[in-house]
Amino acid sequence: MKICVLVKDVPDAAVQKRIDPGTMRLDRSGENTLNPFDTHAIEAAMQLKEGGELQVDEIVAVTMGTDTAARALQKAVALGADRSVHLSDASLAGSDVCATGLALAKVLESESPDLVLLGQQSDDGECYTIGAVVADHLKMPSLTQVIDMKVDGDKIRCERQAEYGYDTVALALPAVISVGDAINEPRYPSLKAIMGAKKKPLDSKSAGDVGIDAGQVGEAGSQTTVLALNDPPQKEAGEIIEDEDTAETVEKIVAWLEERKLI
Amino acid sequence: MAGILVYALHDDEGNFNKNSLGALSEAAKLAGELGTEAAAIVVGDVSDDGAAGLGKYGVTKVYRAKNVPEGLAQPIVDAMAKVIQDNGYTYALFGGGLLGFEIGAGLTARLGAGVTMEVTKVKVDGGKLVSERPILQDSKIADVGYVSEPGIIIGRLNAFDVVEGSGTAEVVDVDVELSEWSTKAEMITRGEQRGADVDIEAADILIGGGRGLGSADGFKDCEELAGAFDNGAVAATRAVVDAGWYPYAAQIGQTGKTVAPKLYLAVGVSGAIQHKVGMQNSENIVAINKDANAPIFEFSDLGIVGDLNKIMPKLTEAIKAKKG
Repeated sequence: MKICVLVKDVPDAAVQKRIDPGTMRLDRSGENTLNPFDTHAIEAAMQLKEGGELQVDEIVAVTMGTDTAARALQKAVALGADRSVHLSDASLAGSDVCATGLALAKVLESESPDLVLLGQQSDDGECYTIGAVVADHLKMPSLTQVIDMKVDGDKIRCERQAEYGYDTVALALPAVISVGDAINEPRYPSLKAIMGAKKKPLDSKSAGDVGIDAGQVGEAGSQTTVLALNDPPQKEAGEIIEDEDTAETVEKIVAWLEERKLI
Repeated sequence: MAGILVYALHDDEGNFNKNSLGALSEAAKLAGELGTEAAAIVVGDVSDDGAAGLGKYGVTKVYRAKNVPEGLAQPIVDAMAKVIQDNGYTYALFGGGLLGFEIGAGLTARLGAGVTMEVTKVKVDGGKLVSERPILQDSKIADVGYVSEPGIIIGRLNAFDVVEGSGTAEVVDVDVELSEWSTKAEMITRGEQRGADVDIEAADILIGGGRGLGSADGFKDCEELAGAFDNGAVAATRAVVDAGWYPYAAQIGQTGKTVAPKLYLAVGVSGAIQHKVGMQNSENIVAINKDANAPIFEFSDLGIVGDLNKIMPKLTEAIKAKKG
């Protein structure tokens, strides 16, 4: 079977993220990296492969994004994917969740995966929704924010926290599963894997290659529009104590609590 | 007909979710401003009285899909897509919570609709709804409009207040044909409680422990500290509950409980949005964290940058000594 892992190229955590006021889009010009949540999805795919209960023939990392996204794919491959697919096309720029989900579904369709894995959220968009959007387009069952996966015959038994406690759900394959970051501790890639990543196949695809109609993606296909960008109401900054002398720090905390009658 | 359709989630005993009731109240208010009506949709086993009773929150109609199971998103996408298409609803609204995210996302694909999530406020502008959506770790708020119908709005946890009045809603039973893929996920157990039962909602003082504690052992110090106060208890972030360091019943945030104690003392908690929504209404927030850039300091009344392992035991001692 084939597992496709959806990954995303996001601004590095050290980069101050900003919206370009001209386009109302995220400024992606700074240093980028593989979305940290996606490393858990790659690790989950690796564990399924190594677990041996499913015959996993291939793990394919799939992304949509500009040229820099190739680096996220390379990192995904260093973490264990066998090859990667890069959907890149000028017509995709400015896609909202609706348009992005459609485009990703189309590129996934061209791979006919038995299982699609992804991280529960992207570090930049924080939308939590792409997995469920993609699943409906692919007509596959899906579950998001999964923290445990077990192979159960021809199904995957998933656990997650929902509104009322833990839910256990069995999904028939093919399926789309987004994983939470508690599901595993991603491994560090070996130097050999990092060096070898460049040699693994990377397919570049245009929108037309996977049958995406340009009118359905990008700004043209987006169904939401950002009308304005505002600063949130500022909460008065609290008092900050740098702990240098712990006895003194504790005294200050106690005084602060006493002043508010909390002790 | 324009109108707003709201999904009302319920547990296995038929009790409706507080965030859903907030969404119903919000939809009723917005519908009033738009000159239209708000309706609810419920699935599974909901009694006539239970369904009609949602009228108390301002909806005039409740669609009930008895043959659609509660608890998994895709069958509910089938139900909502049908009701929206058959009746021309122009917006679908969800209260905060995991299931609403999944259903809203599914509807986005099914109906080719625009979606906004983590919405903290909805306003009416020129006869249309505009969502306020915090982005980039809440450093900006985007006003987002919908270019087509329907628009899908997924609220942030506790974004919408419950407003209870009187009134009953008309109950309309709908027959929904499930998509083939909607039947391929099977709920084995729902809402399982794990670990000891702790009552964090009744506590005046909460010590909230996060990943910065380093291990499950760190919670012993938290319990000592909580014990030093009157009516103190220990709460936890999702990350540490998922890691098995502390019981689920103590979890605060997006998928856990919402609390508003007199004092919330966060130790080793970074202050991610998912946690913040569950405790930001606490009267006083104190945070101890070694990372001076942790988001928790942005909404703390008192922040201590330092090693919690050094500070916590001394603080416990000092408070015990004060009380004599």
